[in-house]
Amino acid sequence: MARKVVITGLGATTPVGGDVPTLWQNALKGVSGVVRLTDDWVEEYDLPVKIAAKLAVPAENVLGRVEMKRMDPSTQYGVIAAREAWRDSGIEEIDHDRLAVAFATGIGGVWTLLSAWDTLKEKGPRRVLPMTVPMLMPNGVAAAVSLDLGARAGAHTPVSACASGTEAMAVGQELIRSGKADVVMVGGAEAAIHPMPLAAFASMQALSKRNDDPEHASRPYDIDRDGFVMGEGAGALVLEAEEHALARGARIYAELAGTSVTADAYHITAPDPEGLGATRALKAAMFDARVQPEDIVHINAHATSTPVGDKPEYTALRAALGAQVDDVAVSATKSQMGHLLGASGAVEAVLTVLAVYDRKAPATINLEHQDPEIPLNVVTTARDLPQGDIVALSNSFGFGGHNAVLVVRNH
Amino acid sequence: MASNEEILAGLAEIINEETGLAPEAVQLEKSFTDDLDIDSISMMTIVVNAEEKFGVRIPDEEVKNLSTVGDAVDFISKAQA
Repeated sequence: MARKVVITGLGATTPVGGDVPTLWQNALKGVSGVVRLTDDWVEEYDLPVKIAAKLAVPAENVLGRVEMKRMDPSTQYGVIAAREAWRDSGIEEIDHDRLAVAFATGIGGVWTLLSAWDTLKEKGPRRVLPMTVPMLMPNGVAAAVSLDLGARAGAHTPVSACASGTEAMAVGQELIRSGKADVVMVGGAEAAIHPMPLAAFASMQALSKRNDDPEHASRPYDIDRDGFVMGEGAGALVLEAEEHALARGARIYAELAGTSVTADAYHITAPDPEGLGATRALKAAMFDARVQPEDIVHINAHATSTPVGDKPEYTALRAALGAQVDDVAVSATKSQMGHLLGASGAVEAVLTVLAVYDRKAPATINLEHQDPEIPLNVVTTARDLPQGDIVALSNSFGFGGHNAVLVVRNH
Repeated sequence: MASNEEILAGLAEIINEETGLAPEAVQLEKSFTDDLDIDSISMMTIVVNAEEKFGVRIPDEEVKNLSTVGDAVDFISKAQA
């Protein structure tokens, strides 16, 4: 029998809350964190997309000046979330050789990379800072979190675009199940609200251009959805072997009962229209958790608000859950905070864990006219989940055909 | 041309910016590594910022000879002459 993995700490910094209590309160209320960007570069380059979801609490309000200078923004966000999760876990003494990190990012230190390139062009090689490489490398977040916590059982960086955060949960679960670690700080961080990624995502027609109405731009499942809104932030969770958590009398939020990772092998960016890879991921995650479709009461959907992406997820859910899908309370929390790319799976994992723990499904905003081809049971105002044993899923899919699913059960 | 006092004050400001060390902790006899706990990466950043501030060039092979703050002040002072 594999070791059970439980969740004992939560942390986040997001566009709708700079910490977990604020995030959760707003997620239940249903607020928008999307704003019209006021940065000079928006007009300088006349970007076609002028909206995004920035952090509710800027990193400089939380971290010291010197710390800020030595970390890319993505690492800053990851460290903020990880510190909150660690405090929340209440762990005081630990064998640091049994503590690991699995912290994901989709893009990594894009601000550092492009600023260094500007410096090289404008001022020459001598002015390119010696901290540039450790700041831009995608494992920078995992490394900084490992350094911060003294985590010596490995620091992993799953990179699978927008599935990265959820894949980090799968990596953490495996590290505990296999006995390689007792506690794993898992999460995801992203800070890509920079003109280049905005231009690039806009160029592939992935982003909403609802520039004059930012609060209503992210509208998963709505017939008038026109793309996702880029968000930034980080989520972090303390995963712990059940016996380790019980031995120290920890507050246990929920069990991470199962995970799965599959690949479409269909197209580099387009989702498989039949959702076959996602269906296999859903079935594999439920098998891993030993749960049946009728056990599932809530899903935090991937649902990015793109015209082509939302429907295949529904197709996959219908294929994997059958008629049960009509009874499942589906929340599309990207409607509130946009798409945090490599951090999205981690923040949504935090929300899924809280949904199970508090027995409440968070709100999906901006659903005015539901796409008739996606007849899901969408939670538009926060809804109570049943008492008794309950199970929730969270899906994440990424460019490259990556699919990752996690299963959370009450403990 | 900056005086040695001005060079010291300028270095203290650069070191504070990079490491957060209080400017008054930066004194001539202090060792960069042993007293101020400045690692090689921070040292290179400080060197490049000092080059810009004082309009001098501090070759990479020279940096290892600058063990104390006083060594750096002397080098910059001579380089400016």
